[in-house]
Amino acid sequence: MHIPDGFINIPTAAGAAALALTGVGYSVKKAKGELDEKAAPLIGLVSVFVFAGQMINFPVAAGTSGHLLGGALAAVLVGPYAASLALTVVLAIQALLFADGGLTALGLNVFNMSIFGVWSGYAIFLLVRKTLRYSNSALLIGSAVGAFASVPLAATSFSIQYAIGGEGTFAPSTVFTAMFGTHLLIGIGEAIITTLTVGAVLKTRPDLVYGKNKRAKVTS
Amino acid sequence: MHDLPGHVKLLAFLAFMVIVVCTPITRWPTFVGYFLIIVLVLTLSKLPALTLAKRATIEFPFLIFAILMPFTAGGDEFEIGPLELSREGSIAGLNLITKATLGVACSMILAASTTSHSLLAGFVRIKTPSLFVQIAAFMIRYLNVINDQMTRMKVARESRGFVATGPRSWPIFTSTLGALFIRSYERGERVHLAMLSRGYSGALSSLATERVSRKHWIYGALFPLFALISFLLGMVLFS
Amino acid sequence: MTIKPSVQISNLHYAYPDGNKALNGVNLTIASKERVALLGPNGAGKTTLVMHLNGILSPTSGAISIADFTLDSSNKEITKKVRELVGIVFQDPDDQLFMPTVFEDVAFGPTNMGLTEGEIEERSVHALELVGMLSLKDRAPHHLSFGQRRRVAVATVLAMEPEILILDEPSSNLDPASRRELSEILLDLDVTILMVTHDLPYAFEICERSLILNQGQIVADDSTTSILRNSDLLTANRLELPRGFAI
Ligand SMILES: Nc1ncnc2c1ncn2[C@@H]1O[C@H](COP(=O)(O)OP(=O)(O)O)[C@@H](O)[C@H]1O
Ligand SMILES: [Mg+2]
Repeated sequence: MHIPDGFINIPTAAGAAALALTGVGYSVKKAKGELDEKAAPLIGLVSVFVFAGQMINFPVAAGTSGHLLGGALAAVLVGPYAASLALTVVLAIQALLFADGGLTALGLNVFNMSIFGVWSGYAIFLLVRKTLRYSNSALLIGSAVGAFASVPLAATSFSIQYAIGGEGTFAPSTVFTAMFGTHLLIGIGEAIITTLTVGAVLKTRPDLVYGKNKRAKVTS
Repeated sequence: MHDLPGHVKLLAFLAFMVIVVCTPITRWPTFVGYFLIIVLVLTLSKLPALTLAKRATIEFPFLIFAILMPFTAGGDEFEIGPLELSREGSIAGLNLITKATLGVACSMILAASTTSHSLLAGFVRIKTPSLFVQIAAFMIRYLNVINDQMTRMKVARESRGFVATGPRSWPIFTSTLGALFIRSYERGERVHLAMLSRGYSGALSSLATERVSRKHWIYGALFPLFALISFLLGMVLFS
Repeated sequence: MTIKPSVQISNLHYAYPDGNKALNGVNLTIASKERVALLGPNGAGKTTLVMHLNGILSPTSGAISIADFTLDSSNKEITKKVRELVGIVFQDPDDQLFMPTVFEDVAFGPTNMGLTEGEIEERSVHALELVGMLSLKDRAPHHLSFGQRRRVAVATVLAMEPEILILDEPSSNLDPASRRELSEILLDLDVTILMVTHDLPYAFEICERSLILNQGQIVADDSTTSILRNSDLLTANRLELPRGFAI
């Protein structure tokens, strides 16, 4: 989902960048409050985890493979603000040092994946857990649903950006259908990987799972 | 080129791409100008273009959009062999591919000619929030360490006869991912303790920043400036 | 006023948040300029003890004094002062070297001490010279060999000119030459040294006094020579001299 240069016009990209900056600024404030001076080394290492985790190829079928996006996973493991920062840094480093994603599209990508994808995934996770009354399996089911939803939601966010300032002849509704459809499939993979990984961490270091210790206070 | 400060380069490339993205595709000679500028920079920077090109690709879904656009109905149509293509769609597809390719070329040169260190110093210079710069610094520092661990886990898996076969092997990968998270997190905690031991209290002594002379800025500005000239020429000559 | 650094620990207990009791009543006094080896099997609590000596961990009960300061987790001033007096070289140099270049890493401590730029530069250069790493000062840590990283890790602490130097398993994973070079560096320093190690010949070479920690308690405290001669004591604590090594 790394948008390249030229797909979305500059005014829309600039608007998304402004939104992304606001989200990142807010995350900086919240993460500092939660982690204090521990924030930098910890989130730095979480970024490494996300970046390295994205490189693991999961074989699907007939030689194809997919990989984790990691937004919802990071949010469940370390909280939405630390996760947003980690994913933003990953996207920035990918764009600037690995030529992944367009320079002018960085704001769009950060907004879709690090802010909208992470926060919506996490909100759904919280909601599911609350609905299931924090039962034993609620954490895992919440992770699955949150991770699943975060992917097509990020694709939806792209479709909206396309509708506002897309360069192309496809009708926005066509783009939306195509993006949403494919990302529903990708979301299934994301959900499975996320849930299994959260389960693996729960087995050895349950104390590290942020989402386990957080109860929804119904943030308006 | 290599010794331009990170942020000067970053801003120069960003400005270049903004100009590129703003140019209507119908002024095609302008794009020839852009490509020439890229080729010039590439030559000046003596980067191994081909090896770089391998890593830099446009992601699949977007490529598909661009390729399918000529087949969307509507507007004028023209025929190439058995294909009936929409003029408008073809232009739009060409627009996407051209700009994305220029963008990839741009990012490629930026990535290959910028050390992580000068990038970090550049972040500091453009007043990026300190927490953000620190996170990036830690990420760059520990990427190799964690990557090595991942390689070792892979070797350990495979030397015990593990072969990845479709989704049934996923639990093995996810337990690796889980272990990777725990190791990364614990590493973060240990690094934090090591920092505390040496008197850390939240502020990272500013990363040594490079000196930026006016010469650097002028060099950096040349890049988008040429693009701007190309843009303006195109506007005057082809409208 | 002259500060007379020494370590004084009385009845130190520590349990990790998960309930694991790592230290169970440690009493220990180390005089200024003494060189002491801290021996003991894996999991004995050596690293846990070390982390108490500059206030990274706070005792569940008991008291620790460093020089004239009694550690108190709520007193930031004292903690800061103690962290300037006590330098710890951690087990894994990758934990310790977190800055983008060797020089910046070595300068990290002095910078936090609030020294002037001239002093920071001077101390960092001096520390790197001591460990023979000055020529690599602009390298990134991950471009160094393990032995080089360990040396730089020592330099990061030396640059703070601590009165008490603590090293956690400094000879592990070092090749014989690096091991010897490190011991030469340590023997040249005029500071108090507490060295955690399993490497008994190394302890013998560097430290006149040795302690054995087992299950969170000090079970032996004597001259290194007499501890290493007591083969029953060594066996009981899962320690072994290399074959053919005799004192
Ligand atoms: N962060 C931690 N949380 C819980 N227990 C720990 C932690 N670190 C160490 N321990 C436990 O405390 C005991 C002492 O560990 P440590 O001080 O690291 O031993 P040593 O350095 O002598 O090998 C061990 O049983 C170890 O498992
Ligand atoms: Mg230890």
